[in-house]
Amino acid sequence: MSIVFVLIPLAMVLLVVALAAFWWALRNAQFDDLDSPAVRILFDEDEGSVGDRRR
Amino acid sequence: MSRFTPPATALVPCFHCGLPVPPGRRLEATVDGLPRAMCCPGCVAAAELIAASGLGAYYRYREMPGATPEPVDARLAAELARWDAPAVQRTLVRREGGLCLATLAVEGMRCGACVWLLEQRLRQVPGVSHISVNLATARAEVAWQDRSTGLAALLAEFHRLGYRARPYRPEWAEAARQAEYRSALWRLAVAGLGAMQVMMYAVGLYAGAVQGMEGRYRDFLRWTSGLVAAPVLVVAGGPFFANAWRDLRNRRIGMDVPVALALALTFGASLLAAGLHVGEVYFESICMFVFLLSLGRFVEMRARHRAAAAVEQVLRRAPACATRLRDDGDPELVAVADLSPGDRVLVKPGETVPADGVITSGQGWVDESMLTGEHWPRAKRPGDAVVGGTENGESPLEMRIERTGSETVLAGLVRLVDRAGSARPRLAQLADRVAEVFVPWVLGLATLTALVWTWIEPARAFWIAVSVLVVSCPCALSLATPAALTVAAGALLRHRLLAMRPHVLETLARATHVVFDKTGTLTEGRVRLVRAVPEPGIGLDESLAIARAMERRSEHPIARAFETGPAPACGALPRLESVTAVAGRGLEAVIGGVRFRLGDPWWAASVVRPGGDDAASRMVGTPERSSGGAAWVLLAAESGPRCWFELDDAVRPDAAATVGALRALGLDVRLVSGAGATVVQGIAGRLGIGTALGGMTPERKLEHVREIQAAGGVVVMVGDGVNDAPSLGGADVAVAMGSGTDLARARADAVLLGERLEALVSAIRLARRTRWVIGENLVWAIAYNLVAIPFAVAGCVTPWLAALGMSASSLLVVLNARKLQ
Repeated sequence: MSIVFVLIPLAMVLLVVALAAFWWALRNAQFDDLDSPAVRILFDEDEGSVGDRRR
Repeated sequence: MSRFTPPATALVPCFHCGLPVPPGRRLEATVDGLPRAMCCPGCVAAAELIAASGLGAYYRYREMPGATPEPVDARLAAELARWDAPAVQRTLVRREGGLCLATLAVEGMRCGACVWLLEQRLRQVPGVSHISVNLATARAEVAWQDRSTGLAALLAEFHRLGYRARPYRPEWAEAARQAEYRSALWRLAVAGLGAMQVMMYAVGLYAGAVQGMEGRYRDFLRWTSGLVAAPVLVVAGGPFFANAWRDLRNRRIGMDVPVALALALTFGASLLAAGLHVGEVYFESICMFVFLLSLGRFVEMRARHRAAAAVEQVLRRAPACATRLRDDGDPELVAVADLSPGDRVLVKPGETVPADGVITSGQGWVDESMLTGEHWPRAKRPGDAVVGGTENGESPLEMRIERTGSETVLAGLVRLVDRAGSARPRLAQLADRVAEVFVPWVLGLATLTALVWTWIEPARAFWIAVSVLVVSCPCALSLATPAALTVAAGALLRHRLLAMRPHVLETLARATHVVFDKTGTLTEGRVRLVRAVPEPGIGLDESLAIARAMERRSEHPIARAFETGPAPACGALPRLESVTAVAGRGLEAVIGGVRFRLGDPWWAASVVRPGGDDAASRMVGTPERSSGGAAWVLLAAESGPRCWFELDDAVRPDAAATVGALRALGLDVRLVSGAGATVVQGIAGRLGIGTALGGMTPERKLEHVREIQAAGGVVVMVGDGVNDAPSLGGADVAVAMGSGTDLARARADAVLLGERLEALVSAIRLARRTRWVIGENLVWAIAYNLVAIPFAVAGCVTPWLAALGMSASSLLVVLNARKLQ
């Protein structure tokens, strides 16, 4: 059971890493526009041809 | 007497913008190989441009119809061309290594497909090297080569597709909102991740409590929980402590006081428990509590930001540059920010008045619809005041600037709206009131519990009191309303009603009366030629042809009515020898050596020789022709009056169905309008509205709203102009039409986006369901607290039970809210 003395601090390190990553993303405007990137990925190929290709 | 009325409409929505296509119009554009019905030349141009650019996929992927484009005519092009002036670009365009960079504020974007369309289309423009469009902030970053294209050309491209773009000016408060959004999101993340971690440790502790666990493992788990809970409390819980402290200093008890108190006490007690190896730790409850509360606040903030952004769109209307006249009379182009009181400014036809001032020379029409909602322009002559942001008509005006910047009427109105928007929503106030009652009770109960337990079992007294506090934390209670409102606001948007203030749904559900303003709500707010009544012996076609030819030369809104009205059968229009516009009166033209006048009946009739005034009084006096509201225009020649034209606003096609549905919902529908009583009664009769009041001033409208409220009614006011602003402000829910004036929209609690009145009906139905769900949520939350508190007082609630109960009740509340989707 004493493995928890290693595993839990390890989990906390991961927590800090996760928060740091989130902080970085926030500062780099990754969360400023949550709507358009979701749609953009549908289109972002040759303009206009996505719909035709789908058929 | 020959007459015509527009035929009953078979509604075909415009393929581009979704507005009904006016009957009799045969405009089409070919998109994806099929002809599509269009409502106006602007839409045709936009659709053809989109199809020709190979971007037809836009129509398949968009979630809602686009905005109605205004055609890029010479006037708009001239307005946009001013952005190319170096004096204007100085502060708005950055130059980096041969590239020009600008941030644009874009209006009219509605979904991700708009972003895609704009980016793809602009990339096709030669010279554009980079563009990225942000839907959430409604901004676009553009970089282009100065040699190949100009800012004005890029802006025109936006307009062609139906969007409005202006260079973004940094004084707008968006940056502040962005910062607030980011820090709120950061707090949410800290609380969320922290809560997840601590919950995992807590599961270990719960298991240990049931199965038994060595002391060193238990203490280790407790301390790690505390270690994670501390930053959660400081980072994410910070605002609660700050607010509670502010409330206490103002000698008030708001919702944040019990929250802060519970957090501080629980955290202190848990630390004590961990340190002294007694009692229980509640770190997981603290984290969950902070996370759930932050979530509620986050939702509230988003609604507030949306309202503020809408206000800013009004500010964007103010022009950025003006033509200043130097002392020697030479014009120079300057940025509006550089204007100061006393400057003489030339406002060219079609330009926007740059700041508040007084006309010094010239006379003409100024479109003040932005302020008044009135569709008829106002006549202005030297000495009259003009307000910045209004639009000059067809003649140049010279004005002296009196007020600039933050002192202008526009800025003042925006401030007013802003202040109204930042007021706390009524629901939050309700929560505060609940807290004021709730907190002393809980504190009293906790103290009593502690006292009683000191007699029974002194060692456990403190911990049982703490568990009472934890259990009674109004977490589900505080989530009950925001959770339901958030889900409902999303659903509302799908019904094409944009709620700008959080209280909209709550109040819509309680509504008892719906009061419509006539112009622009039940009617379309566009002047239309309704009837033409020629004098005996005069041909209808000939009169129509003459009137149309004359109005072609005018930029007055009436002119559009003739242009879009029924066409004369004879085709060719007569040739005009000369046309002059007389401000406030009408048009005078010479055709084949004969003088014609078209306009105000008295003025027009005075051209008739001899005895023109007699003819006018005879005609104007006829009751049918002088009925209020609708305007009568007379075409007269020197030989005598020729033809009468009735101009009025057409009733929206879905108005009758909406009124019927609202009445079926048990609402009292009323029509209150500034138009003449006869007209208002007529429309009310046609739509089945029982109570209709005409000839109402804005003050009387407000009075009427107040009367209904005094009798216990809850009023939904639907209006579209700022002349409705007082009554909109006085109503319980103010709904503005999406096409209404910007200030009306900024004032409104909600905006109907799609020009469809029926959205109001579905919104009210949704609001009622939302109220029901909120009721369920509240009952559940209160019931949970009522059940849990006695157990806590009795000392039967262990920490894991408290945390489980709290999370489960909160989860239930959120899941229940999802029913509204």
